[in-house]
Amino acid sequence: MLFTTSNFIIFVILLSIIYYIIPKKMQWQLLLIASYMFYAFAGIQFIVYILITTITTYFATINISKLQTKYNKYIKENKAIVTREERRAIKETSKKKQRQWMVLCMVFNFGILAVLKYSNFAIENFNKILGLFNSETSFKGLGFILPLGISFYTFQTMGYLIDVYRGKYDYEKNIFKLALFVSFFPQLIQGPISRFDDLKDSLFSKHNFNWDNINFGFQRILWGYFKKVVIADRLLIAVNNIIQNPDIYQGVYVIIGMFFYAIELFADFSGGIDIAIGIAEVLGIHLEENFIRPYFSKSITEYWRRWHITLGTWFKDYMFFPISVSKPMLKLSKTCRKNFNDAIGKRIPVYVATIIVWLTTGIWHGAAWNFVVWGLGNCIVILISQECIPLYQKFHHRFDVKNKFYFRLFQVVRTFWLMSFLRTFDCYRDVGTTFKMYGSIFTVYNINEIFNGGLMQLGLTIKDYILLFVSVWIVLLVSLLQRKEGIRIKIAAKPIMISYMIFFILFLGIIVFGAYGVGFDQSQFIYSQF
Amino acid sequence: MDIIIDILSDLHPEVDFEKCNSLIDDKILDSFDIVSLVADLTDEFDIAIPVEEIIPKNFNSAAAINEMVKRLEDE
Repeated sequence: MLFTTSNFIIFVILLSIIYYIIPKKMQWQLLLIASYMFYAFAGIQFIVYILITTITTYFATINISKLQTKYNKYIKENKAIVTREERRAIKETSKKKQRQWMVLCMVFNFGILAVLKYSNFAIENFNKILGLFNSETSFKGLGFILPLGISFYTFQTMGYLIDVYRGKYDYEKNIFKLALFVSFFPQLIQGPISRFDDLKDSLFSKHNFNWDNINFGFQRILWGYFKKVVIADRLLIAVNNIIQNPDIYQGVYVIIGMFFYAIELFADFSGGIDIAIGIAEVLGIHLEENFIRPYFSKSITEYWRRWHITLGTWFKDYMFFPISVSKPMLKLSKTCRKNFNDAIGKRIPVYVATIIVWLTTGIWHGAAWNFVVWGLGNCIVILISQECIPLYQKFHHRFDVKNKFYFRLFQVVRTFWLMSFLRTFDCYRDVGTTFKMYGSIFTVYNINEIFNGGLMQLGLTIKDYILLFVSVWIVLLVSLLQRKEGIRIKIAAKPIMISYMIFFILFLGIIVFGAYGVGFDQSQFIYSQF
Repeated sequence: MDIIIDILSDLHPEVDFEKCNSLIDDKILDSFDIVSLVADLTDEFDIAIPVEEIIPKNFNSAAAINEMVKRLEDE
């Protein structure tokens, strides 16, 4: 059930009505039923995977919690007689057992994700290696179909497991509540990847009907649909034409495709997140923001703090730090400091962790070499930026431009260009084609085609381009206004007729200018395929 | 406390670490700084800083870092 289908809209409206009619203590139970119904629409057979993740995590956290309680009780009762060394040893033993449960659960659940998502990719590459040795043997792909949102709910659930292991909070004793946390339908397809302690209060508490929540939620949903169906689905036509015909569309078209895709991806993903956050808001539930105007970033590191924030913080908390401050890594760092110098020793943990994180981020996005190269591309740019900090400092010491508008604009444009350039790896069918297309920017001089009707051959009409131009400007303007104060608060402060007029126009805009009908395809969200 | 201030000053000489109490919230220390800081603290105080201790609350000021170090020394 796509977010953009009438079935989904009817589903949400009916759910919201029932949600506020039934006794409040049953609201979260209704959400659980609704979430599983939503999931069943994607294929009833997939429910087994999400159930397995829920059940295994539930039992692993029970056992971890039991061990923690046992340790705390023992220390409390024997505080007077246990020495510091004994306490450390007992704690270490308890932690080791807790770790075993955590690792078992993680291996099992990430194992499911790996087999379903990456087995075909692994077999394909293995066959290629066999081919290099002239072997006639080749293995068939396993042909698994990826369950909806598995990358998202697996990461969210494993984050919860690690937090319980770390003692950040106690485990959820009610398995049905845990099941709702894992499967909450607005965030199931493409995030945001929530943290249990952030979500649990609003997810499980009782919600009174609140007009502000409905109003604000509805506005947010409309805004999301505007971005998705008016901008993203329209740009998709041109982007698909360019990337699916690399022999025809080279040179300047590659640059156009690169920028079109960057805008499409933002409108598609952030639009989907707006819809998810808006639906949750209608239900009185708070989901974390996943974007803070990422295309206004002045550097790539800042960009990654503002784009897909919940995935970035997941990798930081559960992968980057555990690797970089692990005992073996610190030991390696120390050895390098002794044998080489301080600078190398300090860089080792950061470099190793950054490379692993970005390789994983790449492969998380898709089982293809494109994504691996894309991840490594980001990693290289981030590490080079890190190394260039002393140079930047010298530059800013010499030239007082840091706070000048034109310099900040230059930084924003540079970052946007760089991110768009790297994102092109998502588009073309393989890495070789992407590099070939990059090369064509410098070898094929066809800029004149743009002014001779070339743009009209990409599947969009002059009306579409005008509409896109206006729509992107609206998004840009709203983003600029958001920097100072939430746009919805500003609109709410206006006379009620004006605020309703604005949203009526937005609603009409979606209905009239949405990319529907002949030549357009109601497309899935890009990130839902990850 | 002085040792901690020295370590922090090596990372960012331009910051007044005696007064600043929003090192993480104001993004003065980034992830790379934290890793370097953890390595230095581990060395200097002969403690192990488990990953669960790497939360903004423990790194927002020199005083908070000092408090965490003392707590870990006592454990």
